[in-house]
Amino acid sequence: MITFVFRIFINKMLDINKIRTDFPILSQKVNGKPLVYFDNGATSQKPQVVIDAIATYYEEINANIHRGVHTLSQLATDAYEESRIKIQNHINAKFAHEVLFTSGTTFGINLVANGFASLLKPNDEVMVSALEHHSNIVPWQMLCEKTGAKLVVIPMDENGELILSEYERLLSDKIKIVAVNHISNALGTVNPIKYMITKAHEVGAAVLIDGAQAVPHLKPDVQELDCDFYVFSGHKMCGPTGVGILYGKEAWLNKLPPYLGGGEMIKEVTFEKTTYADLPHKFEAGTPNIASGIVLGTAVDYMNSVGFENIQQQEKELLIYATEKLLEIEGLKIFGTAATKTSVISFNIDGIHPYDIGTIIDKLGIAVRTGHHCAQPIMNYFNIPGTIRASFAFYNTKEEIDIFVEAVKKAKTMLS
Amino acid sequence: MTIKEIQEEIVDEFSMFDDWMQRYEYIIDLGKNLPLIKEEFKIDENLIKGCQSKVWLQGEQDEDKIVFTADSDAILTKGIIAILIRTFSNQKATAILEADMNFIDEIGLKEHLSPTRANGLVSMIKQIKMYALAFQAKN
Repeated sequence: MITFVFRIFINKMLDINKIRTDFPILSQKVNGKPLVYFDNGATSQKPQVVIDAIATYYEEINANIHRGVHTLSQLATDAYEESRIKIQNHINAKFAHEVLFTSGTTFGINLVANGFASLLKPNDEVMVSALEHHSNIVPWQMLCEKTGAKLVVIPMDENGELILSEYERLLSDKIKIVAVNHISNALGTVNPIKYMITKAHEVGAAVLIDGAQAVPHLKPDVQELDCDFYVFSGHKMCGPTGVGILYGKEAWLNKLPPYLGGGEMIKEVTFEKTTYADLPHKFEAGTPNIASGIVLGTAVDYMNSVGFENIQQQEKELLIYATEKLLEIEGLKIFGTAATKTSVISFNIDGIHPYDIGTIIDKLGIAVRTGHHCAQPIMNYFNIPGTIRASFAFYNTKEEIDIFVEAVKKAKTMLS
Repeated sequence: MTIKEIQEEIVDEFSMFDDWMQRYEYIIDLGKNLPLIKEEFKIDENLIKGCQSKVWLQGEQDEDKIVFTADSDAILTKGIIAILIRTFSNQKATAILEADMNFIDEIGLKEHLSPTRANGLVSMIKQIKMYALAFQAKN
């Protein structure tokens, strides 16, 4: 009986050492020290299955898709479309044609923002939040410039949480679209998007969720969330760079005009008029990043084989442990103390520039992000030039956090 | 001293250090001791916007030479500024324009002057050369 219980316990726990062997890069040395990779918010590392799948594609089935009648083209097309279905299932989209391949989150947001240009008129409003990445601010500002619509910003408080009472106050039938992130890249705040989506729909606004920082940690259910658009990148969830997903509800995708004109997105072309292809091809002009599109499916499979419950459990432990350890350092302040946050710690030490700490701990083999994290409005809110951001993935360990904390202490001593 | 002689002197100083930590500690010291830029020059007009650390640079003509003062909000950047000021300040425009930067590589700080580093230093060197070019054209 005891053995039985013990076995169940073991099964539930993640064998981190085994997981780490899936990622060849993690065993290398940087500046003569073992690599401690805490810049997962910028991009995740890639497991061997993903690396191998890229090579296999080029070695075995490379051909252009949706075009040729020859066998390789058919094989490549099948693999690409299978990947689309994998992702459809992963995010629980109703139809595969609601899942569009893009080059990444930024492209997806720009596609939607550009499409809304034909739907907005002066004095309409577009809403973003104070927590957004520049990618989810600038395309909407450009849209406002183009259409005369007004940009409205949901404010945040000092914990890095959106002020929901203000959100509700700002909502009106003037708002045509709300663009907000699922999880903040700079602070790790998990936003209450389900609630926000419901509220936006009550005033007739569409909602775009920037899920770039969410998909490495959780499995979004787009039907349950009822969002109109959900965008993310492959490279933050163990996939290759250069591929991302734009999920859009069928009705919305039919309503929006194409973004890029070219091959693949047409039904018929004459010099007088072109008719557009059906979804998803209407939005997938030109030869896509075929290999990365296919391999994103491999990455999704890999993440699911590790299991999102396991991922969350491990990351939560790392977050709690690192927060405790870092706060032992005198003068250290954490920015982003939301009640619900992911495994991201943004911090500064009194009187020391984040760039200096980042540079010194790099010499000790530690990779973190320093700077404004492409979220200058957040830095302006706190009146700081930037922060040091450590972002943990499920393949990170408490031992690595110990090395990191010691390195920060050493940097502090050197710089004080 | 000529720029070349100053650079050789700096390379000599750095050759005493055995490892990166000693080098960095020295740079931090240099940064702390960098003479302050006059507050009136620490204005947006003189700000070189790097992605991460800010750098202010001011150049003034002193007879046939150019005197540079500078500052940064990051101490390592400030230390490297101190090295650059020591090299380029009180030199003639022609000498500044002809100077090469290989000594930075020799003292193991090459990565700080890489265009991808986003610390404002690359733009600072460009700006120093721009000052030299402007003074040369004026005279």
